[in-house]
Amino acid sequence: MKFRSVFDIIGPAMIGPSSSHTAGAARIGRMARMLFGRPPKKAEFVLYGSFAETYRGHGTDVALVGGILQFDTFDPRIKDALLMAKDLDIDILISKADDPEEHPNTVRVILTDDQGSLEIKGISIGGGKIEVKEAGGFAVNLTGDYWTMLVFHEDHFGMIASIAQVLADHQINIGSMHMSRKGKGQEALLLIETDQPMDDDAMGSKIEAFAHVHGVRIIAPL
Amino acid sequence: MEFKTIEQLVQLAVHAGVSISEVMIREEMAASDHTREHVISRMLAHLETMEQAVERGLTEDIRSHSGLTGGEGKRLHAYAAGGNTVSGRKMLNAVSRAIATNEVNAAMGTIVATPTAGACGVIPGCLFGLAPELGVSREEMVRFLFTSGAIGMVIANQSFISGAAGGCQAEVGSASAMAAGAVVELAGGTPEQSAEAVAIALKNTLGLVCDPVAGLVEVPCVMRNAMGAANALVAADLALAGVRSVIPADEVIAAMYRIGQAMPNTLKETAMGGLADTPTGRKIKDRLFGDPPPSGSIREE
Repeated sequence: MKFRSVFDIIGPAMIGPSSSHTAGAARIGRMARMLFGRPPKKAEFVLYGSFAETYRGHGTDVALVGGILQFDTFDPRIKDALLMAKDLDIDILISKADDPEEHPNTVRVILTDDQGSLEIKGISIGGGKIEVKEAGGFAVNLTGDYWTMLVFHEDHFGMIASIAQVLADHQINIGSMHMSRKGKGQEALLLIETDQPMDDDAMGSKIEAFAHVHGVRIIAPL
Repeated sequence: MEFKTIEQLVQLAVHAGVSISEVMIREEMAASDHTREHVISRMLAHLETMEQAVERGLTEDIRSHSGLTGGEGKRLHAYAAGGNTVSGRKMLNAVSRAIATNEVNAAMGTIVATPTAGACGVIPGCLFGLAPELGVSREEMVRFLFTSGAIGMVIANQSFISGAAGGCQAEVGSASAMAAGAVVELAGGTPEQSAEAVAIALKNTLGLVCDPVAGLVEVPCVMRNAMGAANALVAADLALAGVRSVIPADEVIAAMYRIGQAMPNTLKETAMGGLADTPTGRKIKDRLFGDPPPSGSIREE
């Protein structure tokens, strides 16, 4: 079931004109920004399918950039996002890809600053709902429906146990958990969705201090 | 969710002796772990956003950035007030409000996606067109949105609701079916009659393609919202009169999915076929987007 709440169908409240191309794009942009964790110096967007064909008419470009500026779907500043990004000295690059993607509304977002870059692949599945399918080279399935923790780490025994213990200590219930790695002993990603809110101070920084952990991101529901 | 199909939704309502809206409210409370007050107040906020969009569209001089749409909802509203119409006051009150809302959307105003922004006029159009005529309470108006949402959830999970995925049948078609079922409940019909209205409304929009001129959610979207509202009211009246759909609602939804899968990409919101690919449609696109975008920071490859 992709749509679990009546408010997925009646909603979101949003700036027009398209839930998939405007609101969904804003959410993908915001998710990319949250995953990156810092304001980027440069934001690249590679558009596929219907996104590529119709982005100007739908304000997909302003919405994606609005998301990078952390605007919600109903924030009227979305309309001025391109100019605001320019004022903030964020380099924006929009391009169209020729090769087809599985979903017609697909965008790759690459955020960069002095410390590094992050690439994600997001799809807008209709009515403003989105799914992030790739992040940092890992296959993921992020919907923004739940509190989510991403732990980028080195593949090593005991990782899940020690992270789960931190959550248990804070009485956080895990709804789902997904682990993927690029190879034995290589980079790995643990993705946890929870029923209760998490925060950086109590949980994120604690886990970040563990050996073999490269970084932690905690994301609130969209 | 306890229901995956329209049939299950109707059965839940019938067995509990409640309306479809009540089933949806209880399901939402269970799924989200929120109180009834919380769930209702969240929907009430959407109702108010919709009401403001309708009001703006009927009273302000709305015009989209492209200049292609705006002002027709207001025009129809004034015409309907004259009294001498073909399709009657209730019908035109719904249609003018559907147009008004979708015009506000096209002008990058604030709306509520129902189920999408492209189809955002149909449900508030029917609701705010009928509410004063039927003298319904605020609570019944909120219930209208829960009933619409319950039907939309089935369609969204069994088929699709976006033009890019399934054509306009998935957008305006879904909205029209959602509105038809909710109008039946608002008018005092049974959950079974709501299901018939869903089937009838959705049947009549099967095959509808998504072919927006220049890729804008304007032409033909605004007028398709008008059609979606009118289709919903007629389907509701048919169901209330006792007409039954030979093909049940769930099978119509499944057919919509298969039709959408078979639809070529040129007719799924890519602005490459249909009305977008007419001489006038192409001319409009060239006029609007023929030149490179003005902003120096944007490069296009």
